[in-house]
Amino acid sequence: MALAQFRLLLSRTDGLCRSGTVSRYSELAGRGEGPAPGAAVVSSALTDLPLPGSLPCLVDLDRAPPLSPFEEISEEEAVQIVALPPLPPVSTALRDYVNQSETLRMLVHLGVFNVGSMDLLQARGLGSMLLRMGLQDLQERLLFLRDLGLQEPQLGPLLTRNPFILTETLETCGPEEVGSMVCRAPYLLNFSVQRMDNRLGFYQTLLGLSPQKTRDIVTRLPRLLCGSLEPVKENLKVCELELGFRPNEIQHVVTRIPKLLTANKKRLRETFDYVHNKMAVPHALIVKFPQVLNASLLRIRERHLFLQYLGKAQYDPAQPGYVPLDRLVSLPDPEFCSELATASLQDFELFQKTL
Amino acid sequence: MVSRAVWLFRRLEGLFAVYKPPGVHWKLVRDSVETNLLKGINSASPREPRQQVMFLPESTDGSGGSTELTLTATRLPVLANHPLVTGPQFQKLRVGVGHRLDVFSSGVLVLGVGQGNKMLADLYNSKTRDYTVEGEFGLATEDFSDTGRLIERTTYDHITQDDVDRVLAMIQGANQKALIMYSNVDLCSQQAYELAVKGSLYPQGKSPPILTGLRCLHFKPPHFTLEMQCVNETQRFLRRVVHEVGLELRSTAVCTGVRRTRDGPFTLQAALTHKHWTLPEITAAVRKSCLAWRTPREPQPQNPGPDGMKRKEPAVPD
Repeated sequence: MALAQFRLLLSRTDGLCRSGTVSRYSELAGRGEGPAPGAAVVSSALTDLPLPGSLPCLVDLDRAPPLSPFEEISEEEAVQIVALPPLPPVSTALRDYVNQSETLRMLVHLGVFNVGSMDLLQARGLGSMLLRMGLQDLQERLLFLRDLGLQEPQLGPLLTRNPFILTETLETCGPEEVGSMVCRAPYLLNFSVQRMDNRLGFYQTLLGLSPQKTRDIVTRLPRLLCGSLEPVKENLKVCELELGFRPNEIQHVVTRIPKLLTANKKRLRETFDYVHNKMAVPHALIVKFPQVLNASLLRIRERHLFLQYLGKAQYDPAQPGYVPLDRLVSLPDPEFCSELATASLQDFELFQKTL
Repeated sequence: MVSRAVWLFRRLEGLFAVYKPPGVHWKLVRDSVETNLLKGINSASPREPRQQVMFLPESTDGSGGSTELTLTATRLPVLANHPLVTGPQFQKLRVGVGHRLDVFSSGVLVLGVGQGNKMLADLYNSKTRDYTVEGEFGLATEDFSDTGRLIERTTYDHITQDDVDRVLAMIQGANQKALIMYSNVDLCSQQAYELAVKGSLYPQGKSPPILTGLRCLHFKPPHFTLEMQCVNETQRFLRRVVHEVGLELRSTAVCTGVRRTRDGPFTLQAALTHKHWTLPEITAAVRKSCLAWRTPREPQPQNPGPDGMKRKEPAVPD
């Protein structure tokens, strides 16, 4: 898709120009929309399927003119005809075609998970698209993704999550930043330039961030550009009204942990409630260590209660025996026991059984 | 020759206990155990790919400079059976849950895998369970727990340890009577006497929740801890008991925590905390419980009573 323009967009967020960037959008948005989903589609694709005879060792033999059915053929030529069981004309799964289709075989070798599963096929004529696609097209697109800076082992998971990227028309490349974003949010390139412009503008105005910081957030969590904006708005409201953070505090927390914007509201509320009300940690300290809001409540509770039982639950940096919140939530169990709690792992496990 | 994954899958048959933390639904516990087990099994070496014989034409230089085409039989793996095409080999595992624990309570939760699910019903019908219940005087809430909506506040200065013991003895007496009634034995018979002496009376058929043992572990107003041994209970019933204890003492009480310390033969020591819900540790726990389950049964052949009733084996003391 319009990668060059997208790149331009990233660099032009300073000016917040929303209209000028959509010049060629309409012609670029022409997607490879397949026909209606379902099994019948596969049958229509059969005619374009690379034939089983086109195994790599036989490529040079294809140059001969096609034989008419009445022509006499020699012994040598008869030997070359490989009689495979006929392909099923209608199928609900791609697995029937995997052995015969060069493209599908290549995808499997790349590590695309569950090529044969149903749901992939039902999604917008994907099955017929994959079957119709020639080896050349596939290679072109894979090389393009390689140019974006994606490594070979990353390609499989990417195509598993978004096989539709193969339907898009190719535009020229982008910087390595875009490469990492595409890798983590595979649907990114399917979206229109206008849509992305909207989203970038939204984050910039609503959070009041500088263009540099907006770019930073978006590169760290490209998912923000793909999803709906409604949950993000709700999360910001929850932070402001229910959790009582000030706007500049929210800004700070979001630049540190962008994931907060897509977190589950209920979970966020529960975690904050426990940290603020039960552990008596003030807002300022939570803003200093926003990782706490990201951690699982079960883990925080277990560790806090253990420290409390040992008389070491002291989260105020001004007093002796201070336990930093980020270490409380991020250390793995053995380190937590030895460094923060100074107890043995067995003791911690026994304590877990008394909760 | 079975692959290692199949071998691992077949070894998982039986019961084991996990420790459910408070605030987590039992379904979530069951699901995460199932996911962990499947992940462990599927990450073991996969099955051998099915081979397919194909005749591939090959051109060889024959005598006299002419090329000859020959078909050579080669064995190729069938790609349709590739794990990436078919998905993981094991996608579902029968994991059943024994007597449930609600969201706010914690403790030993028995899970069954494979054929172990059949033993779960047996466990449910013939065993008692131990609970440690914590309460607090001076409050009353709608759902008897400390998180519910507050209804009233009361004083508790007049309550002494003796009062508590007296009330508990009274409650236990009433429950003992109910137990004899529901265990369907004639109170005047020798059999009833023997069962009662052994403490192995057990309700037959359907019965309401019955406390078979009740004592106060710890009393320090307003907090107190009760230990209960019961049959057919729910966690809500246990909270209601705490509430009733409060009412009998001319005060009110809420339950601040319910913790199951034993479920049938499974004690706290055998329960796995959530860090240990992995395939090797669960397999070990299943094997251990199988051994423990088998040994106490064999020396005690079940002899049916004179009127066709089966005598249940006594509950294993903690």
